Amino acid sequence: MISPYYYQLLVIASINVIMALSLNLVTGCAGQLALGHAAFMGIGAYTAGILTSVYHVPFAVALVAGAAVAALFGLIVGLPTLRLKGDYLAIATLGFGEIIRVAILNMGITGGPFGLRGISKHTNLTLAVAAAVLAYLTMKRLMNSRFGRALTAIREDEVAAVAMGIDATRHKVLAFVISAAWAGIAGGLFAHWFRYLHPSSFAFSASVEILSMVVLGGMESLEGPVLGAAALTYAPELLRGVSDFVSRHRMMFYGALLVIMMLVRPQGLIGSGVKGLSISKLGRIHGVVRLPQMERVTQWLTAAKQRKHLNDSSVSTDSRVVEERLAGLGMSSGTGSRGTGIGSGGGEEHAGS
Amino acid sequence: MLQQVVNGLTLGSSYALIALGYTMVYGVLRLINFAHGEIYMVGALIGLMTSQAAGLPFAPAMVTAMAGAAIVGVIVERIAYRPLRKAPRLAVLISAIGMSIFLRNLALAVMGPQTRAFPIPFEVKQFSTGRFRMSSFDVLILLTSIALMIGLHFLVQNTKIGKAMRAAAEDKETASLMGINVNRVIAFTFAVGSALAAAAGVLIGMNFNAVDPSMGMMPGLKGFTAAVLGGVGSIPGAMLGGILLGMAEVMGVALLKSEWRDAIAFGILALVLLVKPSGILGRNVQEKV
Repeated sequence: MISPYYYQLLVIASINVIMALSLNLVTGCAGQLALGHAAFMGIGAYTAGILTSVYHVPFAVALVAGAAVAALFGLIVGLPTLRLKGDYLAIATLGFGEIIRVAILNMGITGGPFGLRGISKHTNLTLAVAAAVLAYLTMKRLMNSRFGRALTAIREDEVAAVAMGIDATRHKVLAFVISAAWAGIAGGLFAHWFRYLHPSSFAFSASVEILSMVVLGGMESLEGPVLGAAALTYAPELLRGVSDFVSRHRMMFYGALLVIMMLVRPQGLIGSGVKGLSISKLGRIHGVVRLPQMERVTQWLTAAKQRKHLNDSSVSTDSRVVEERLAGLGMSSGTGSRGTGIGSGGGEEHAGS
Repeated sequence: MLQQVVNGLTLGSSYALIALGYTMVYGVLRLINFAHGEIYMVGALIGLMTSQAAGLPFAPAMVTAMAGAAIVGVIVERIAYRPLRKAPRLAVLISAIGMSIFLRNLALAVMGPQTRAFPIPFEVKQFSTGRFRMSSFDVLILLTSIALMIGLHFLVQNTKIGKAMRAAAEDKETASLMGINVNRVIAFTFAVGSALAAAAGVLIGMNFNAVDPSMGMMPGLKGFTAAVLGGVGSIPGAMLGGILLGMAEVMGVALLKSEWRDAIAFGILALVLLVKPSGILGRNVQEKV
């Protein structure tokens, strides 16, 4: 049996994993920097918490309702803001996150500055871990789907993605909504674990903390955010055990640790370390990109588009076809510069190979 | 009404001072310096220490605070940002966030969590005619801010280093090819921005008679908002954005409940971004393919 201390730590870690994975869909996969993610968690937490404590709705229903309301807010916030790019998007989401927090703080039903009390305990470790695993599997499926590849394309080069027929805004908003829904679930779990909610738990600093998890872990893979969430949940606790001085000022060391981590491994804990492959402005925000693979796909897509041999749906539904054809083109190294010598190359000859 | 305008101007000019630091750093590095709010706090703290412990009068305390914050700003840049000049932008952002957490908690370790009162080193006079009131504080804040902004304008427009700053903001590589020491220019930019934030910190710390380690968070966000409002990267924009934000906040509080104060600021921010993302005086950057 694990001690209550580690039990709680594991529950929090699981919730943080869900938060990091959901933010990763927007920031890691789609390359859109969002700084108000904790607000969606807050919406989910308050919705679910109020539903179970005030209206005595079953926990499962409340959890789903929290996710739904968070998703709705994701849509409301995402629709106008996701037309913005880079830092502007970051600032707009930051602004919306703060507005949501202030709104929660000033509403009657939320308990305002006194917080929401009297939520019953429904979350346990099994449920939290199960939710985290489900979030991981969902994200895994999403990333390997047509939708996920479209997001990657948007991240790598939005202009090129749009030229390929991807509706960038629609994809980004959808990613934002899914991300908000998962944050809402994490919020519901959070509410029914701590049984008390306060708006300050969902402030800008919380959003920043989640972003740190994603970036620290590394945005290239799904394992990165998971690792980052686990590490940053545990780090303050680890510092607590070092010495009395460190324990008392552990947040100071936490901040220093973040800086040092970024200095040593700017690409995150899990990351290939291939730096500076800035193929676009968005790519530069993202930094670490899987250039060879992406380049290959982009090249192949360009060739296919130009020759109109294949319609759009067959282009992106099966990535194995892409790989085969790429192998056929002898481009598996992917080092050739984009768009040169491909259109004239073997696209047609190797089409059947 | 006139009273509100004065209140808005005083609040706005302090936002403008903070916004200038954000906008100058963003102009050169394209980095949102999240530790800027903490520099503001450090400035207020140094100002408090020098006027309380050392018993310095207002002007020397202010200058010490500005110089101290400038040094802290340069050190922060040297440690947390310069090694990441070529790293992914998100890594620098996280580094800035880490620095902000570090500085806030360092101040917490040094001074403790309690709010300190700021002793006023001079006599406060109240000027009032009818319902209109203005303290010598308001006058001081306005005058100091205006003086600093004029000074900054002169620095950026008419000096050699100012020219170098503008060149580096335009294009770092070309600037370095022209013999400009870009690293030195960036350090200088941080020093100037931090000094301005410290000035705002001392002024606001005195005005509200309160200095505490977490005082930098909200003004930091607001200053940043002001910078975006005016057009991030633009110095006149930051001044304008600060004043506008201060005015809007004061007016909004007068019309609505004061609890919604922060929501007003960010609501305006969201609105401006949606209508004109580049801000009021910002340039529209066309994405090149």
